[in-house]
Amino acid sequence: MSQASEPRDLRLTQLEKIYANGFTAVHPLDLTIPQGSFFALLGPSGCGKTTTLRMVAGLEVPTAGSITIGGTEITYEKPYRRPVNTVFQSYALFPHLSIADNVAFGLKRRGIKDTAKTVADMLELVELTAQASKRPQQLSGGQQQRVALARALINQPEVLLLDEPLGALDLKLRRAMQLELKRIQTEVGLTFVHVTHDQEEAMTMADTIAVMNAGRIEQLGSPADLYDNPATTFVANFLGQSNLIAGNVVGEDTLAGAPVVTVDMEGTIVSIPKERAHVTSGKGWVGIRPEKVLVAPAGEPIDAPGNHFTGGTIIDTSFIGVSTQYVLRTAWGQEISAFEQNTGARGVLAPGTAVDFTWRPEFAFLLDASQDATAGVDLGEE
Amino acid sequence: MRTRRWLPYALFAPAALWLLLFFVVPFYSLLANSLFDPTGDNLTGYDVTFHFGNFTHVLSKYGPHIWRSFWWATISTALCLVLGYVLAYTIAFKAGRWKNIVLVLVVAPFFTSFLIRTAAWKLILADHGWLVQTLQSLHVISSDGRLLATPVAAIAGLTYNFLPFAILPLYTSIEKLDRGLLEAAGDLYASPAKTFLRVTLPLTMPGIVGATLLTFIPSVGDYINAQLLGGTTDRVVGQDIESLFTTTGDYASAGALSVILLVVILVMTMFYVRKAGTEELL
Ligand SMILES: Nc1ncnc2c1ncn2[C@@H]1O[C@H](COP(=O)(O)OP(=O)(O)O)[C@@H](O)[C@H]1O
Ligand SMILES: [Mg+2]
Repeated sequence: MSQASEPRDLRLTQLEKIYANGFTAVHPLDLTIPQGSFFALLGPSGCGKTTTLRMVAGLEVPTAGSITIGGTEITYEKPYRRPVNTVFQSYALFPHLSIADNVAFGLKRRGIKDTAKTVADMLELVELTAQASKRPQQLSGGQQQRVALARALINQPEVLLLDEPLGALDLKLRRAMQLELKRIQTEVGLTFVHVTHDQEEAMTMADTIAVMNAGRIEQLGSPADLYDNPATTFVANFLGQSNLIAGNVVGEDTLAGAPVVTVDMEGTIVSIPKERAHVTSGKGWVGIRPEKVLVAPAGEPIDAPGNHFTGGTIIDTSFIGVSTQYVLRTAWGQEISAFEQNTGARGVLAPGTAVDFTWRPEFAFLLDASQDATAGVDLGEE
Repeated sequence: MRTRRWLPYALFAPAALWLLLFFVVPFYSLLANSLFDPTGDNLTGYDVTFHFGNFTHVLSKYGPHIWRSFWWATISTALCLVLGYVLAYTIAFKAGRWKNIVLVLVVAPFFTSFLIRTAAWKLILADHGWLVQTLQSLHVISSDGRLLATPVAAIAGLTYNFLPFAILPLYTSIEKLDRGLLEAAGDLYASPAKTFLRVTLPLTMPGIVGATLLTFIPSVGDYINAQLLGGTTDRVVGQDIESLFTTTGDYASAGALSVILLVVILVMTMFYVRKAGTEELL
């Protein structure tokens, strides 16, 4: 079945972990991570990311399911026999070894004698040549993080696992390291599985993101897919912000040649592209991102053909330089957010201003009304 | 601030006085003893004549005993390290919630006197005791073989008596070991054996050095185990010093033997600590 040209994808099949205390940290989960991709496992703290990663690394025994790389089963393989390396959240650098010896550790254990050149090259890649003979304790957090990366990368594993490797760094260094990691991944072309609870980090770095929640994968896709077309309220709220407005599906139609679902939203019929409608009958949440909501003083024309609403009032205005964030109360009494670029076309609207608002129908999405509209709110910032 | 200059010295004074009274003075007296004119005696008194001949005299007379002391101490220290490491490792990694109870059990023997415990071993190893009879019937030892009054018994006694001193420092350093480092080693292709050799062992070196010093040094000078459990023909230097001081009254020889013992232990310790690469321990 396995052909010479078959890609060495990492495949998790019905992988499940129930801990000794009976807690199910990972519900049976299916995932295919293409060879050479930068894959992010994104979710709030405690959702089972580390557990999943540790099962792939062989540090935790799965309760059920299987793990294969390019068709080769490694579910129960000993950690030291897997073509997988990990960058640990705490780095776990060996304090009794120099930086160079830390980096050479994996090669030496595989019986490679002459490691000097490879180690020197790797230290150059992570810009630590000058620190080669120091001990880990003598380095800063950012430098230690790069040692941990170099120590794993040098082995050229088929899959590199990174467990929140940037979590301990301050914001500025974290942003710099995100770009650095992405650059290195592109350069070496290995499969990276990057665990993080920071949605911005996942979106900056990954080709594909799996959003995890309470031991399950909620949605899988490219950053743009997940952002534009979230499938659950959790994803809609956890990745960025969303306005969710209750409505009833009334039917189907076509708009400019594309199939749409029409929804009665507080008395106004709005349309939602069919591929973004995750329910097609009954109640639903109409979702729209705040930056897609266009606002204008009542009665003025808004430059968008779409679902037009009148009778809104600005109740809060936050000016943040490049943009202004409004909270407005709709005619039916719900508070929704709208972000506006400060292009200078019009002055900032003060609280109390009566406004109309609208959005282009192609940007809306429709979610299952049985889901909690606040799922995933405020979890991303932990 | 000037007025407080004396404060550190004042705080240091009690310790300095203690050291002076109970270390420097006895040490001087010991050194003086080793250089006594051996013709003196308790009635006429001794003269410090820098009679270095005392050293060559005791070396030629008691050389084999000194050698035996170090040899037995080496064997029992090695046994303490191996047994202690296995025990300490098991307690630290596997004992779970029993950890504290097991640790109390490790030090429990200290609730009885060292002498009584060693004397109890006499009963266990006795010629007609259950242990010897069992070993005889299993043909592990010959039918007239014995345990008591053999080097095996003396070394077993040393090992038994000093084992807790090995377990405690070993446990402390193994317990401190970051489990994440062991996982990292496994992740980096190290088998459990390699992980032990390359990570666990080097990182617990301070415990190993501590355990070695705490068992080796007292074992070299110990004479109770040889006296109670060893045979009369296999004497150790501790027994010689004891009888020279208390029975023969040959202070010059006793002093010279003690100084030799002290110097050899000191040199070995320094060499060992340097080799083990944990100077910061001293
Ligand atoms: N050894 C364990 N025994 C029992 N529960 C555990 C164990 N390790 C982790 N858990 C639980 O499993 C859940 C997922 O943990 P983890 O995979 O570490 O989450 P994440 O990395 O996403 O923060 C958490 O609720 C955690 O408390
Ligand atoms: Mg985690």
